[in-house]
Amino acid sequence: MISKKDVQYISHLSRIYTDDHEAEALAKNLEGILTYIEKLKKLDIKNVKPTSHVLPLKNVFRDDILKESLGQKNATKIAVKSEKGSFKVPQVIE
Amino acid sequence: MKQYETVIGLEVHLQLSTQTKIFCGCSTEFGKDPNSQTCPICLGLPGTLPVLNKKVLESAIKIGLALNCKINSLVKFDRKNYYYPDLPKAYQISQYDFPIAHTGYLNVKTGDETKKLGITRAHMEEDAGKLIHDPAIKSSLVDYNRTGTPLVEIVSEPDMRSPQEAYDYLTTLKLHMQYLDVSDCDMEKGSLRCDANVSIREEGQTKLGTKAELKNLNSFKAVKSALEFEVARQIKLAESGERIVQETRLWDESKQITISMRSKEEAHDYRYFPEPDLVPFMVEKEDIKNVRTTLPESPSKKQDRFIKNYKLSTYDVDVLVQDRKISDFFEECVKEYNQPKKICNWIIGPLLQEINSNEKGISNDRLSGINLVAPTAKTFTDLIIKVEDGTISNLVGKSVLTSMLDRGKTSAEIIKEQNLAQVSDEGALEEIVATVIAENSKIVEQIKSGKESAIGFLVGQSMKKTQGKANPKKIGEMIKRRILND
Ligand SMILES: [Zn+2]
Repeated sequence: MISKKDVQYISHLSRIYTDDHEAEALAKNLEGILTYIEKLKKLDIKNVKPTSHVLPLKNVFRDDILKESLGQKNATKIAVKSEKGSFKVPQVIE
Repeated sequence: MKQYETVIGLEVHLQLSTQTKIFCGCSTEFGKDPNSQTCPICLGLPGTLPVLNKKVLESAIKIGLALNCKINSLVKFDRKNYYYPDLPKAYQISQYDFPIAHTGYLNVKTGDETKKLGITRAHMEEDAGKLIHDPAIKSSLVDYNRTGTPLVEIVSEPDMRSPQEAYDYLTTLKLHMQYLDVSDCDMEKGSLRCDANVSIREEGQTKLGTKAELKNLNSFKAVKSALEFEVARQIKLAESGERIVQETRLWDESKQITISMRSKEEAHDYRYFPEPDLVPFMVEKEDIKNVRTTLPESPSKKQDRFIKNYKLSTYDVDVLVQDRKISDFFEECVKEYNQPKKICNWIIGPLLQEINSNEKGISNDRLSGINLVAPTAKTFTDLIIKVEDGTISNLVGKSVLTSMLDRGKTSAEIIKEQNLAQVSDEGALEEIVATVIAENSKIVEQIKSGKESAIGFLVGQSMKKTQGKANPKKIGEMIKRRILND
């Protein structure tokens, strides 16, 4: 069972704000999704090959060759706040 | 009193020395202006796609093979989710259930024995950015240059039984990695980072005790000191019947203690899931075989071979093998001049002394270190030969070496230029001998009355007067003849 508390925990981890009402609704939604997955788990998949990706692609590489970077100015242009060529964020204390 | 056993496992992060980052073409060069080496991919902007750097996979396979690991044929990446400003995507691309390498070991010499220490796994991941905390402005500044730098994390089994063993494991691991040439393994620059898991248990127990994870270990010495402190702390707790809690503790270098880092519980809930932006990779047997053929001889194999082939002592070989380039240089020299012991003495003595005194934190390539001109096998052995055949004295030989390294000239050029050739001609030495004898009448008397060992003092005086150029053997003979035949 997915509880409202579970939803609030996950939404905190994801830094997504949910109010009481939304959390309750989401708990119901997630419960439905998990029930569906439980159903899928019961399918007979003996003849299905394991897969870790939906695209029939593999081994897509690049060589270790330098490409031009954005540079300090362009990179920090997108920052909400910047200082000394760095992104400025609220103080983080460990 | 109860006896306790220490249990240690290490997690080592190695920054790979590729030109570019793991998933984009930005440079990995250290020490550039903040955020100058960033692009939409490593900044984690929406709509971008990471593409794996081929050299990262090759290096990771190399590392796996050197650590006697099994290589997974299926390579996939996963997202490790957490929020921190040094991680622009709010997830780190790492490997969760299919690490590139697993189940290996490393043979580590520790004390008088060689221990086979287990390697749990090695996986590829991307590095995070760097945060500078500035309490003055109540803000943190983020530099994303390091974001996306390729890392291989090597996790050991909890096989170490003392801080010294952990230290020996770490130095052995570093040496093996340097031989592979995959990382410069410089702890000061952060290209080798180490976290330690440590617990204690009563002797005879097989269950693991509650562990502490030690972080902020910025040098090999710090790893050892932090472990020593932590083991003592845990034993004290156990003795007094207190509970040891599982936690992360930070090493405080200035106070030499570990401090609890009261981290939020959710910190370990990373909600891994497969990285949909990267397709899987198949590592074929053929690929592994190809990489294997590029592996250099391991330091331990080289050690054994040197002892066997060159009849050198364990100590000599240990010093030579500590640096792959130095040991290669030694072998080139032996090809030029087949006197392994003499060459070894000149390398681990005068040459390394010169290199070390000039070195500025260069770890992997000391021979071509800053401010020095590397000798070639030919110029280096030429110098040794000149000392051996008496062209110059041993003492002058050392100063010639200094000049060679400083100015890149050959020994012949320096000897000629500074008129350093050893003087063995009796005619030329006559006057010196006469002066020394005249100036030291007391010593001369002692020699005459049978104390022949005092001749050494007069030889030393003569050497001083000739700035080391006189042939000491010749001088000795002449003095003896003069005094005793008088
Ligand atoms: Zn980039």
